[in-house]
Amino acid sequence: MPILDEQPTPSQRPPPLLEFKDVNTYYGELHVLKDVDYRVGQGEIVCLLGGNACGKSTTMKTILGIVKPKSGTISYAGERINDLPTAQRVKRGIAPVPEARRLFPRMTVLENLEMGAFTRDDLVEIEADKERVFGLFPRIKERLKQQAGTLSGGEQQMVAIGRALMARPKLLCMDEPSMGLSPAFVEQVFDIIQVINRQGTSIFMVEQNANMALSIANYGYVLQTGQVVLHGSAQSLRDNEMVQQAYLGEMKAEPAPVGANGE
Amino acid sequence: MSNWDILLQQIINGVSLGAMYSLLALGFTMVYGIIELINFAHFNVFMVGSFIAMWTLEAMGFAGQSHVLYGLPLAGILIAVFVVTMLGSGILGVAIERFALRPLRGVAGTAPMITTIGVSYILYNVVLLGAGADSKNYSNPMPNTAWIFGGVTLRLREVLLWTISLVLMVALNYFVRRTKMGKAMRAMAQDQEAARMVGIDVDRVVIITFFLGSALAGAAGLIFGLYYNYTSYLIGYTSGLRAFTAAVLGGIGNIPGAMLGGVVIGLIESLGGQYIAVRWTDIIIFSMLVLVLVLRPSGLLGRAAPTRS
Repeated sequence: MPILDEQPTPSQRPPPLLEFKDVNTYYGELHVLKDVDYRVGQGEIVCLLGGNACGKSTTMKTILGIVKPKSGTISYAGERINDLPTAQRVKRGIAPVPEARRLFPRMTVLENLEMGAFTRDDLVEIEADKERVFGLFPRIKERLKQQAGTLSGGEQQMVAIGRALMARPKLLCMDEPSMGLSPAFVEQVFDIIQVINRQGTSIFMVEQNANMALSIANYGYVLQTGQVVLHGSAQSLRDNEMVQQAYLGEMKAEPAPVGANGE
Repeated sequence: MSNWDILLQQIINGVSLGAMYSLLALGFTMVYGIIELINFAHFNVFMVGSFIAMWTLEAMGFAGQSHVLYGLPLAGILIAVFVVTMLGSGILGVAIERFALRPLRGVAGTAPMITTIGVSYILYNVVLLGAGADSKNYSNPMPNTAWIFGGVTLRLREVLLWTISLVLMVALNYFVRRTKMGKAMRAMAQDQEAARMVGIDVDRVVIITFFLGSALAGAAGLIFGLYYNYTSYLIGYTSGLRAFTAAVLGGIGNIPGAMLGGVVIGLIESLGGQYIAVRWTDIIIFSMLVLVLVLRPSGLLGRAAPTRS
């Protein structure tokens, strides 16, 4: 697959936290991910672009162990994690912000945050992390007793990010963090993602809003029908004509990449 | 007895039956809540529970109702029998989950539910073969002490059974609301995949749910024996079906709903038996079920149909 530029070359990227090597994933007979390679370096923000049904959500599920790959290697922090159950991955520091938030709707905001720390026993540190979440999202603190299902979409996204941070993750996996949010809120969410990243958490992000995603990412991958067709630094992807046409809405009006719709 | 005395007496009887149905309904509703399975084996876990309790009492030297205790010894024996019965039934429930249902996890369609019917038949026939088809005279250490208020009789055993049921339900409620594992259960009931993604070990939650539900069924089986002074391999069906109705009536998957549904079914049984006719009891109960399903499909306390994506 083409690498767009040598700046930074793979060797100049930080050492890997998460790595996919030749990963193949199936849903029954359906071959979803085809010989996929990804790499998230320590401290990086990496984004994954692609149209509908191209394998983005399957990528997320594969990282979390909800879907197991048929072949290939997934390594995290130097360890092969192909067969590790989801709970163990969360314990080792992989936390998801799932697509459509997936809060527990009939639990309070506070309970949702506490569920994020489910795999931890260090009560004092959990309290400290709660304060950290309130620092990032002061609005959450006003809503602690409210049922999560009654929050607005933007507030739910804050709680979903907060819940993931309660696991004290090294790698935050965000599936469409901007989906269904107002433009002002999208802006705010991306600011927060950068703050979280600067505090030391690596971020792997699947995002339809390519413009926003590439503006904060270090590196990006483009997925089409289960294959990585392009990857490179965020800057190089933004300059790439095909990416501009297909994802950044420039030059042509049609937003969908070849073969990425209606499958 | 005046009309009011009869009504009050039947309410007392109804609440006693209702407490038993509530305990039994909880197991249906908890298992349905987390894995959307109607567990028909639960009927006969209840029946086996009543036998475990009877055998435990016999092993302690009680036979029939002649040997009664009072005060602390009674409390001690009751606690011991409840603990043994609930542990035994709970382990039976876990074994059913582990060996009959877990291999079918993820199999779509009705296979797991049909399996629970099969397991139910196995338990029924094992007890039939092992213990015989005759009704058993239940070992019961509770005295016949009763208080009479006008025309109304309140028996000590009823007060004790209410107390025990209440303690168990309050404890369950505390577990589900306040403890980490209880919260994991609720989280899983609300969104199984999200629960997995925060690191909840789904298999463990399922095991604990089966254990608790079956332990409560065992407690209900013991209460059945202590209340009616008999048990038999047959008791699972009638009581089980009524308790299942209670769970649906309250809103399947909803814990307070199962408690309420149980008491409602108990009251219908006692009041219907008094004012209409005993042979109409089941017709009334199941007509209620049909009505609820037609008019309010999510049950009395149930939420509008859950949306799943």
